[in-house]
Amino acid sequence: MQLLKDEKEQILACVAEVLKSNSKNREDLIPILQKIQAIIGYLPELAMAKIAEGLHVPAADVYGLATFYNQFRLNPPGKHQVKVCLGTACYMVGGTIVLESFERRMEIREGETSPDRLYSLERVACVGCCTMAPVAVVDEVVEGKVTPTRVDGIMLALNEANNQNAEKQKPEQDGGKA
Amino acid sequence: MSTSVTVTIDDRQIKARAGEKLLWVALENGIYIPHLCAIKEESRPNASCRLCFVEIEGVDRPVTSCTRPIEEGMVVKTRSLRVDRLVKTAFELILSDHNLKCRECPANRNCVLQAIAKERRIKLRYDRFKPIVREFALDDSPAEFAFDRSRCVLCGKCIRADREEAKIGAIGFARRGINRVVTTFKDLPLAESICTECMLCVDVCPVGALYYKKSQRQKKGNPLDYPGNKSSG
Repeated sequence: MQLLKDEKEQILACVAEVLKSNSKNREDLIPILQKIQAIIGYLPELAMAKIAEGLHVPAADVYGLATFYNQFRLNPPGKHQVKVCLGTACYMVGGTIVLESFERRMEIREGETSPDRLYSLERVACVGCCTMAPVAVVDEVVEGKVTPTRVDGIMLALNEANNQNAEKQKPEQDGGKA
Repeated sequence: MSTSVTVTIDDRQIKARAGEKLLWVALENGIYIPHLCAIKEESRPNASCRLCFVEIEGVDRPVTSCTRPIEEGMVVKTRSLRVDRLVKTAFELILSDHNLKCRECPANRNCVLQAIAKERRIKLRYDRFKPIVREFALDDSPAEFAFDRSRCVLCGKCIRADREEAKIGAIGFARRGINRVVTTFKDLPLAESICTECMLCVDVCPVGALYYKKSQRQKKGNPLDYPGNKSSG
């Protein structure tokens, strides 16, 4: 994931801050990663490398830990976050098809964020409304009985909202991004 | 300094140092017990391959011999119905996500999986469990060796070699469950990572996952890895 302008400095400052206020034992690795993620919103590769340096553990171990636990995300949360349920009920009625539809539309894989950081896609295990399976949660809104066609509709609406937003913002700042 | 104890393994009386792990006592006395992940120097073994089960008299259930220190008067059977079932299931699970194209594999005939299959008369094929063979890009970035993750059994020996012997820390386990892999930081190809290409990991790989590109160069296999009826690698 490409870092934004100033993001590198922010990450370095954040890691330095967290490392300063923590003991640097191997067993502190998880709390440190949690703190970093609470501040930055995800675990950038740069942060993992710096933490490994600070704690004198192999970077491969920090990476292994961050990829082991579901609570850690390696990509920044997108402006629009989509979570597709793959709990038992949703899985049985084709949750994977819904997930694949989103992957195709967003042109990213599950767990990733689009390069423009507009969309991020995750899989979750049960949102608690199995009667509506297959379920997707789009920016906190629960969508039930999702079909690939519905995915197209959802993405169309999100794109529309983005375009309107971009137009509103244009006069204020020089939005050079696509 | 250390007391010697006598144990009985498969009706043979064996004298060994107290506290040694059962698996190594048996292997050093020519009694074969299948194993993949065991490392003799490790004080707390992973016991993750679940292949070294044995039956100990007076213990309810089969135990992993790599974790069990020997005690005076211990009576051990390396085979029993329960042991064989456990080992067979564990072995089949390992095979279920292992690339079984042995003929294309550089470790063919020099592979611990093949040795175990032969010794325990387990067929080297997908059987009870649905095979999940994942597609991996071959990492042939290092100059002299390559890493094919589709053959990796996740024994962890390469990681130990990397950490304890080479003292590098280039590789480690990542992800979870069926997606678990041995990989570098950020999944970089080995040549782009901090790997020094010392190749200690290649020598300890019990299968054909890490292998020398030039087939003339053979791995230095540990003879204890192979059953007695097979010439050591």
